[in-house]
Amino acid sequence: MHDKTLIELSRALNAGEFSSRELIEAFLARIDRLDGRLNSFITVTAEQALAAAEVADAKRDGNEHPLLAGIPIALKDIICTQGVKTSCGSKMLDNFVSPYDATIVEKLAGSGTISLGKTNMDEFAMGSSNETSFYGPTHNPWDLTAVPGGSSGGSAAAVAAGLVPAAIGTDTGGSIRQPAAFCGITGLKPTYGRVSRYGIIAYASSLDQAGPMARTAEDCALLLETIAGHDLRDSTSVARSVPDYRAELGQSLSGLKIGLPREYFGEGLDPAVDAAVRDAVKTYESLGATVREISLPHTHLAIPAYYVIAPAEASSNLSRYDGVRFGHRCDNPSNLIDLYKRSRAEGFGEEVKRRILIGTHTLSEGFFDAYYKKAQQVRRLIRQDFVDAFEEVDVLMGPTTPTPAFDLNAKKDPVSMYLQDIYTIAINLAGIPGITVPAGFAEGTEGERPIGLQILGPHFAESQLLNVAHQFQQNTDWHLRRPAIAEETA
Amino acid sequence: MAIEHEDVRRAAHLARLGLDDADAAHYVDDLGRILEMVDQLQTVDTDQVTPMAHPLDATQRLRADEVTEPDQRDHFQRCAPLVENGLYLVPRVVE
Amino acid sequence: MQWETVIGLEVHVQLATRSKIFSGASTAFGAEPNSQACAVDLGLPGVLPVLNEAAVAMAVKFGLAINAEIPEISVFDRKNYFYPDLPKGYQTSQMYSPIVGPGEVEITLDDGATKQIGVHHAHLEEDAGKSLHEDFHGMTGIDLNRAGTPLMEIVSQPDMRSAKEAAAYLKAIHAIVTYLGISDGNMAEGSMRCDVNVSVRPEGQERFGTRAEIKNVNSFRFVERAINFEKERQIELLEDGGVVEQETRLFDPELDETRSMRTKEEANDYRYFPCPDLLPVVLDQAYIDHQRRSLPELPAEKRARFQDELGLSAYDAGILSSSRAMADYFEVVKDVCGDAKQAANWVQGELSGALNRENLSIEQSPVAARQLGGLVSRVVDDTINGKAAKEVFQALWNGEGDSADDIIDAKGLEQVTDTGAIEAMIDQVIADNPAQVTQYQEADDAKRGKMIGYFVGQVMKASRGTANPQQVNALLKEKLDQA
Repeated sequence: MHDKTLIELSRALNAGEFSSRELIEAFLARIDRLDGRLNSFITVTAEQALAAAEVADAKRDGNEHPLLAGIPIALKDIICTQGVKTSCGSKMLDNFVSPYDATIVEKLAGSGTISLGKTNMDEFAMGSSNETSFYGPTHNPWDLTAVPGGSSGGSAAAVAAGLVPAAIGTDTGGSIRQPAAFCGITGLKPTYGRVSRYGIIAYASSLDQAGPMARTAEDCALLLETIAGHDLRDSTSVARSVPDYRAELGQSLSGLKIGLPREYFGEGLDPAVDAAVRDAVKTYESLGATVREISLPHTHLAIPAYYVIAPAEASSNLSRYDGVRFGHRCDNPSNLIDLYKRSRAEGFGEEVKRRILIGTHTLSEGFFDAYYKKAQQVRRLIRQDFVDAFEEVDVLMGPTTPTPAFDLNAKKDPVSMYLQDIYTIAINLAGIPGITVPAGFAEGTEGERPIGLQILGPHFAESQLLNVAHQFQQNTDWHLRRPAIAEETA
Repeated sequence: MAIEHEDVRRAAHLARLGLDDADAAHYVDDLGRILEMVDQLQTVDTDQVTPMAHPLDATQRLRADEVTEPDQRDHFQRCAPLVENGLYLVPRVVE
Repeated sequence: MQWETVIGLEVHVQLATRSKIFSGASTAFGAEPNSQACAVDLGLPGVLPVLNEAAVAMAVKFGLAINAEIPEISVFDRKNYFYPDLPKGYQTSQMYSPIVGPGEVEITLDDGATKQIGVHHAHLEEDAGKSLHEDFHGMTGIDLNRAGTPLMEIVSQPDMRSAKEAAAYLKAIHAIVTYLGISDGNMAEGSMRCDVNVSVRPEGQERFGTRAEIKNVNSFRFVERAINFEKERQIELLEDGGVVEQETRLFDPELDETRSMRTKEEANDYRYFPCPDLLPVVLDQAYIDHQRRSLPELPAEKRARFQDELGLSAYDAGILSSSRAMADYFEVVKDVCGDAKQAANWVQGELSGALNRENLSIEQSPVAARQLGGLVSRVVDDTINGKAAKEVFQALWNGEGDSADDIIDAKGLEQVTDTGAIEAMIDQVIADNPAQVTQYQEADDAKRGKMIGYFVGQVMKASRGTANPQQVNALLKEKLDQA
């Protein structure tokens, strides 16, 4: 049963093929047996999950029940979950048991899903490899010597290895799409404001967005429908009705206008990724789409702008971790400054400190205009690139990442790590939605490493992106491939 | 723009991050390379461009002035490192 | 050398909303520590702010009341610094685009002259919590109940030239915010707090001198005293060839002096930037017009109406419009009794005197406006005479009856105006005092005028004070002259 999609599991539960309890037990057993090699979970909430499964089974006596009732999922450990440790991958919050639920946790519970636990991540979502986690790196299920990507690396690895059928991640500069691509699954970053951020620990508030990570676009549609919607507790969430995303999945792609951004096929793109993406585009042409080249002229400025805006917001967002009301507090502080400096020095890891320092420096007197204001101006130019492009085409396609998953410990230099997000970061700056689907494989060390195709649309074009991704999955089988570890039984 | 040792120390102090000299030296190096990358921003003319703080051109929604939050002090203080008589304790603040 | 003092004020006004500026926690004063600090106020990981509509409406009303420009767009920024009573490590405030633009406040000085004081802008922000220093084995306790209470900071232009002007400005602000009902204006509870910027310059010099900022001067009186001390300190320093340092100082009311807050001034760098969790606040003309229509009558308008329509003197109109509570009280008394001048006399005379003796504010008056109005009505319609009226007032003050009429009845204080009854009493007095009557009749007119007082006193005594004194006088004269 660990091989099934959410939709398939729902049908099987309804048909009485197994109970929710059996389903949850099966996945818990897989986590127990396999996650020692992957390290994809920080916390497994077995007891709560089993108790919830019993409730779901008891309710199943009647005929009416929600589609996702009794089905397991996992949550990135950045999502506040009442009564459960919510660490954000940091020593700072290693002792933090959230006293409240995020809005999306309430929505998921309302739909009947059962959380198996909290997945590993880069500390405070700052990283592209899951190596900055206080709980140690997660390994890529396809090749254990490779990173799973980040920052939602635990979610991606757990889904890819069949430890859970779907998970929720968050994406600030590519943190859903890049690990989904590296782990060979489907991941969607919704339009900024589509999903409530209330209860999701903030990294960079004007960029953060939660979204689904699953085996198929159809499962992503189902999950997005569950978590999306206006939230009165989040001023930046958008008052706009949530479409029936699954109802839109049957649309023909005939006449679809695809743009290929010239800048996404340049220097630094791995030939295997280039080839896989071009093959995928050919598939679309065979489905009736037309393809043309497009330019996003400010692409090269996306990473520079991001590394001003995101650290600036982060430096402020992370000031609340001061050892007073929650989180890590140093032993025997001699005075107030010592309490602050030592608690924060001990609680935060190196990458988090680096970004706090950049953000603090670029916001400080004398530097604000040259860095922060400039980056915000460039941000507008980047968004305008997309607005202009979507005047010409319906969707943009390109690689999700420049290379397949890289080796653990391969990227020591922060800047070379940052450059990994070249194709994903502009999307967050512009606030548009993006989805990645598996589109091929490249040779690895201990196994093949997946390649992702990224599809981008204008604001609130999730329906279209999901349909375009779904049509691809109706005509290819990349998304059905499983790593060896997923074939192992518990 | 180059970053100096003093800039890093100043930022660390403003951000209340304990940093020893060796740490600071290491960050001077890292931050220098990051800011060098960031300096590409200066290659584009943005004189006529309005800074953009939010990806959508939305406006603030207002909340009705109603008390909706009950007292949950004990619940919220369960995750606090040090409390007494309902107060969070910190080393003495000198006024 | 002649020196000129230049003063600017930053006034923080706690807005009288029910809930906080960005959360649904209560703003009530005096609750158990941290019992009104919700997840948002505590800055728990993941929480987000949503702006309170009442805070916006109150700031806009203030702006309209001082004829300020209300910009279509205002933006919230984060002011970043660490302090234990600041839970998020930043204060959400408005640095670059405040909700209220430049405006003007009219102040009235002791000699009745008025002056316009410019307001640079007013902005919304959240208050911090409180640090409690007593008795935690050498530690400080943090109470975050106040964290997130809406504040409006009103920043004046450096337009004031004396301590008196500064105090008048602060009083004018107090009157406006209490008239609008947007703050209780209670300075003792910290609902209004004031930072004062003071500098001096040689008279005639255009350039401002270096200013000192005096923090948290929290009463009208202290503002005057702090400025006077600070002005003298700076002048003395400059005359001795020294320089004024730009610094933050604290006023000590006990020693009546200001002193430097820090020996080593730590350079602040607040790293303001737009709060990414809040969107621009956009106020359209329809909204602003709606707020304008809901504005109550303001102090200056009220003062003019009291003078022009009610015929009060400038002095009376000024005092009676100085606070909304005073004006409201007066207007009830006036409406009940129908005589503005009598109402003004009673409110400023008997009532104010009694309140001052007991050190009570008009809100705490044991005599309600309706009760005083009832009393003044009986004076106006001659039911009681002035002496009896004072007795009724005292009885109302002591809670001896619910209305003036009840007390008049109970004490039999109604003025006797029945000519027959008065004549009977006069006849008796004449009969009882033959010697005095003879003396009177032998005296000339000038002396008679003085001597009649004796008979009036006797008759009033016989009536236990209730006889109408004018009537007694007239009838006595008549009788004595014929007798």
